[in-house]
Amino acid sequence: MTEPARRHTPTAESRREPTREEDQRLEVAIAVLLRIGVIAAAVLVAIGGVMVLRHPEAPVPDYRIFHAPGEASSTVSTGTSIHSIRAVFSQLRSGSGASIIALGLLLLIATPIARVVFAVIGFARERDMLYTVVSLIVLAILAFSLLHGR
Amino acid sequence: MTIITFTLAILGTSIIAGLLGALTGLGGGVVVVPVLALLFHVDLRYAIGASLVSVIATSSGAAAAYVREGFSNIRIGMFLEIATTLGAIVGASLTAMVSIKAIGIVFGIVLLYSAISSFRGKHEDAAPRHAGGLADQLRLEGEYPAEGGALKAYVAQRVPAGFGIMFLAGGLSGLLGIGSGAVKVLAMDQAMRLPFKVSTTTSNFMIGVTAAASAGIYIRHGYIMPSLAMPVMLGVLGGSLIGSRILVRARVSTLRMIFAIVIVALGVEMIYSSLTGKL
Repeated sequence: MTEPARRHTPTAESRREPTREEDQRLEVAIAVLLRIGVIAAAVLVAIGGVMVLRHPEAPVPDYRIFHAPGEASSTVSTGTSIHSIRAVFSQLRSGSGASIIALGLLLLIATPIARVVFAVIGFARERDMLYTVVSLIVLAILAFSLLHGR
Repeated sequence: MTIITFTLAILGTSIIAGLLGALTGLGGGVVVVPVLALLFHVDLRYAIGASLVSVIATSSGAAAAYVREGFSNIRIGMFLEIATTLGAIVGASLTAMVSIKAIGIVFGIVLLYSAISSFRGKHEDAAPRHAGGLADQLRLEGEYPAEGGALKAYVAQRVPAGFGIMFLAGGLSGLLGIGSGAVKVLAMDQAMRLPFKVSTTTSNFMIGVTAAASAGIYIRHGYIMPSLAMPVMLGVLGGSLIGSRILVRARVSTLRMIFAIVIVALGVEMIYSSLTGKL
């Protein structure tokens, strides 16, 4: 394939622009990693799900009534929600199905964050300062939300 | 009902929701939340928590397919994610401040809007105009493979308007636990005048990152229930994968029409149930 003719505005020509192919290669690599992350997360969630369902006599959790984190017990069990990332890891030792599901869900939530991290690295390697900074801003917003968001 | 039949019922419903979401292009979340709330009487906060997780799964899972097509624009997406992630934080924080009733009504309106937007014809892809100041400085431009294989150039228009609508899209995503793809496409396709294919694929790229910005807040508020998120995430992911396969092979205009009617019905029911306090 020949290099396509590119339309540039005068200001754009003075910059070194990464090629479309470079961008595309980076994106494909990121996308493949994301898919691996999603598959791994889905497998963990499915394994945890089977573990939960192995106790068929267990009552159906009542999802009709919402319990705020303070009200319920702080353990990750079938009928409680995830309250903090730390709690998921400390509950993993119990080996309960719900804690395995929770781990899978955390891995899943990590995939788009990983995507932004890879974008930062990719833009930095292309020496695209502007978009390295743009991706870092997005990453900072995500980090703020995960650690301090209310 | 035992936990097995309940989980299987949620799983089956989520597969259908994912299928519907993929075929209409609206995403699974917008379908699965009202179904969980209206049919299974799940508290709206648990429903949006489970939905948010499934939204991340579909966005990250479909990335490989979209990226290979070569339409998505990683720079435009990343720049607009500043707006969507900030909006998502605001929206997710609002869930703890406003009533369930208010969330339900907003959800119903978004459903109605989404159904209408899925009918809107795409505008003709405009010839590239000269970039405005901001689009030029931020290099919000690109090329996409047009019909026939030739590359067509495009430049983003009305960047501040697009950025503003993206903040709103992020806010709705955080408030309702959905991808709000319809509003994202509105910002890029209608306001910024990007080619339709570029808008839809870049929107998918942004949905997961936007949802991740809400996830931490949802966890802290206790909206994510593993035993409920499990069948919803697996079902929506599976359904949307099946849906995207069907999309490639079949003409779906009739299907899309039927589904849009279903979405309108869900929207009306959501608003009615919220107003009568049944949610």
